[in-house]
Amino acid sequence: MTVSILHRATGDGMALVGSVLLVWFLLALAAGREAYDAFRDVFTLADGRLNAVGWVVGVGLTLSLLQHMASGVRHLVLDTGAGYELKTNKRWALACMIVPAILTIAYWLYLGFK
Amino acid sequence: MRSSVGRVRGLGSAKEGTHHWWNQRLTAGSNLLLMAWLLVSLARRPSYDFAEMHAWLSSAWVAVPMALLIFSVFYHFRLGLQVLIEDYQQEQARVASMVALNFFSIGLGVAALFAILKIAFGAE
Repeated sequence: MTVSILHRATGDGMALVGSVLLVWFLLALAAGREAYDAFRDVFTLADGRLNAVGWVVGVGLTLSLLQHMASGVRHLVLDTGAGYELKTNKRWALACMIVPAILTIAYWLYLGFK
Repeated sequence: MRSSVGRVRGLGSAKEGTHHWWNQRLTAGSNLLLMAWLLVSLARRPSYDFAEMHAWLSSAWVAVPMALLIFSVFYHFRLGLQVLIEDYQQEQARVASMVALNFFSIGLGVAALFAILKIAFGAE
């Protein structure tokens, strides 16, 4: 049940916040250097590293997306009528919380060390 | 009173039933591919300054999947937010929310497509 609520929360959260940020990014990039730098300044320090807003939004969106993807795949499997046995269901629900967290850490470590 | 052919086709007066449900799943599949592409493609950029990102999005190999992503993701989230509205809003508030949702998702989607095409077609 927790995973189902998380799926809705991450989905609707990204629909309302993520979509606006994505369109802001695209419009700023299309508008030119000044608009893009203004967009970037919201999330970064003067030296180019992420500020607090950048960290919260960046990691938050990555985790939301990966969590929504994982529980989305779970829902597709459940739609076929499979995976309703109590133990199996619980195991996959748990995986839908742990795997996205691990992938998010891996993704940001890659961004940090590349 | 249902004709036998109507019963076979399973259509009531609404003429549809599973359309919303199915399109949500269809776009879930395309979102999975397109967002995986976006995560990998963004992670592999050497820098995130204006020149680099502008050159990135002006390539057809980025502009086309990005336009597909906007269609797929925006359609998907419009359907998802519709379910949220249907679960928590009644009567007039539901109608008003649905109108706002359509303005929000179509407005943002068209703005995104405009930005992608402007960059892809080389306007500075």
